Amino acid sequence: MTSILEVKNLVKKYGDFTAVDDISFDIQEGEIFSLLGPNGAGKSTTISVLSTLFPATSGDATICGYSVREDPMKVKQSIGVVPQEIALYDDLTALENLRFWGQMYGISGKELDVRINEILEEIGLKDKAKQRIKTYSGGMKRRVNIGVGLMHKPKLLFMDEPTVGIDPQSRRAILDSVKALNQAGMSILYTTHYMEEAQELSDRVGIIDHGKLIAIGTQEELTRQVGESDTLILHLGESEDPTHLAAALASLEGVLQASPTDHEVAIVTPSAEQLLAAAVSRANELGIKIQSVDIREPNLEAVFLHLTGRALRD
Amino acid sequence: MGIKKLLLIAVKDLRLIFRDKSALVLMLIAPFVLTVGMGAITGRFSGTVQTSIADIPVMIVNQDEGPLGEILIYVFQSTELETLLEPQVLESYDQAKEMVDADKGAAAIFIPRGFSESVFSTQETTSDEVLKIEFYANPTSPTGAGVIKTILESFVNRVEVNRVYGEVSISQMINNGLISPDMIPAVQAELAQQSKATIGEKSYIRINQQTQSGQAVKFDILAYMAPGMALMFLMFTVTYGSRSLLLENRTGTLPRMLISPTRSGYILGGKVLGILFTSIAQLAILIGGTSLLFRLKWGDPLGVVLLILAAAFAATGWGMLIGAFLKTPGQIAVVGSAVMLIFGILGGSFFDLSMLPPVIQVINKITPNAWGIEGFYTLSLGGTLKDIGTPLLALAIMGSILFAISAIWISRRGLARK
Repeated sequence: MTSILEVKNLVKKYGDFTAVDDISFDIQEGEIFSLLGPNGAGKSTTISVLSTLFPATSGDATICGYSVREDPMKVKQSIGVVPQEIALYDDLTALENLRFWGQMYGISGKELDVRINEILEEIGLKDKAKQRIKTYSGGMKRRVNIGVGLMHKPKLLFMDEPTVGIDPQSRRAILDSVKALNQAGMSILYTTHYMEEAQELSDRVGIIDHGKLIAIGTQEELTRQVGESDTLILHLGESEDPTHLAAALASLEGVLQASPTDHEVAIVTPSAEQLLAAAVSRANELGIKIQSVDIREPNLEAVFLHLTGRALRD
Repeated sequence: MGIKKLLLIAVKDLRLIFRDKSALVLMLIAPFVLTVGMGAITGRFSGTVQTSIADIPVMIVNQDEGPLGEILIYVFQSTELETLLEPQVLESYDQAKEMVDADKGAAAIFIPRGFSESVFSTQETTSDEVLKIEFYANPTSPTGAGVIKTILESFVNRVEVNRVYGEVSISQMINNGLISPDMIPAVQAELAQQSKATIGEKSYIRINQQTQSGQAVKFDILAYMAPGMALMFLMFTVTYGSRSLLLENRTGTLPRMLISPTRSGYILGGKVLGILFTSIAQLAILIGGTSLLFRLKWGDPLGVVLLILAAAFAATGWGMLIGAFLKTPGQIAVVGSAVMLIFGILGGSFFDLSMLPPVIQVINKITPNAWGIEGFYTLSLGGTLKDIGTPLLALAIMGSILFAISAIWISRRGLARK
């Protein structure tokens, strides 16, 4: 396989703030690569730089062999972008939006009509194509947003958190469509802060935090970093103090790491089942009520926790 | 391909603004309603007051027994003013005022008993001691009343000149021993006759009533109001357009355009062209609408078209400048509204520019409104393309300078903003 995207030491700064801090990775043809990280980690900025919207402060990337710095127009023709926000015209219909964006990519005439029909079919909105976008539900808008990114049949598709703020049904439909696009041969760079999405979709995952790519590999390679550890999650009441409990649990035997989050304490341990009784007992001693408990086997969330000491949603 | 995309963006923006109901209200309905409202206030639609400066009904009550009362009536009834005025001589001033109140006249004039005598008194008199002619105006017909007042003031000025001349003449003749005091009444009578001739001999107001091609032209107050309002709300349109640049950045459609294989210059050009198209469409609709509904004569069609293009160009330049220097759509909305009103006031959308102080008349040259109104007004009075060369040139220069500044600033800052 050959690389369709190669990122080399990419840096993007806004004044003194470093949004993307010397990251390097590549995407192979036909691969889904996810950038997993919390909000503000630098995922969208990375996509903005790779899609030539903002210039890199230093470093470079090549897409389909073209340098982002030196051949931006060639790069633009090779990529499709599905931005995080619904970048559509509310007062135009889905049909008019697809037509406009198709023409912006140089498609015209009969080819444009054919392509619009194909996209409407793919996103399942053929019967509502003449309705204005502002009358659509959030999920329908997301589908058109994706459709626009596919109009010119790009070789590499950037999808920036395409499931944010939509219902589970629409989310499922989008994840299925991402898989279908990949099966049809499209390479995809997918950003998300949902561990489940990255796990379900990705061939490889890059974990990004504070602009730095802190881990990269297949899911197996990444989860191996936390060994065979489980994650025990204690859900607390709203009035309880997770920081206090996390500190108390850290001294228990078998606790590798205890991290407080919003009304939760996440504990990395070789055996969650063995630790459970002791953890609940310590919480009772402190007068902290536990509302429910989750036990998770090694996953990307645990990897992030292991690497950063924080949960993904922090 | 680039030009095609530029047009694509412009047409898309034109389509979007015409689908925005609130924008349409401010772009088209508000100026239309305000024009109609101003027209109603000025008596344009009342039916009793004429729709042009012609046949202005004026009530005159003359209780003067001397020559000046007669002269004034003679002036108002002169053949020179017969198309302009429709004078009616009444006995009672109260009756005259009632007719004005009933909208049957633009104004009433009352010449008091002894007016001539007070003017040609043998005693040395000051202006304050001379009896005053009373003038009663119809507020719903300011234009007609203004014309009558102008004629009256012109008459009074000549009377005053003659009064001073008479006093000086008689005084010098006595001092030089040319006449004796008992001859004063006879000399006064002779001077009064001479005054009658000089006061009544010249025209009192000049109105160009013909085009150069010899066609009759009538002034219509709406021909002043309509462009004033259209040009004021044109400023709304251009700031709305420049606001859309920042809004598109916020909603993500501008970044999406920028990551398409389209040069940023074409994207900016398309946005500017969109504003220009919208401005032209707005002016064309308002001009077409008022022409059809009120039979308003805008004048030489070629001149009107060029003036629309020039005014839209200059106003778009202002819109771009505002958009280039401000940072948020909210700021543009606030500043744009303020600029619209300030330019409207300064530029003469509400008042006749000649009524404004000289300083304002210089400052207002920075507004497209002032030049546009001047051009449209000239055309409505029968002017042709060559008569509006200065406004056209001024608008073109204004637009070019503003575009250049905006383009430099935007290219320095970048089209997309984080």
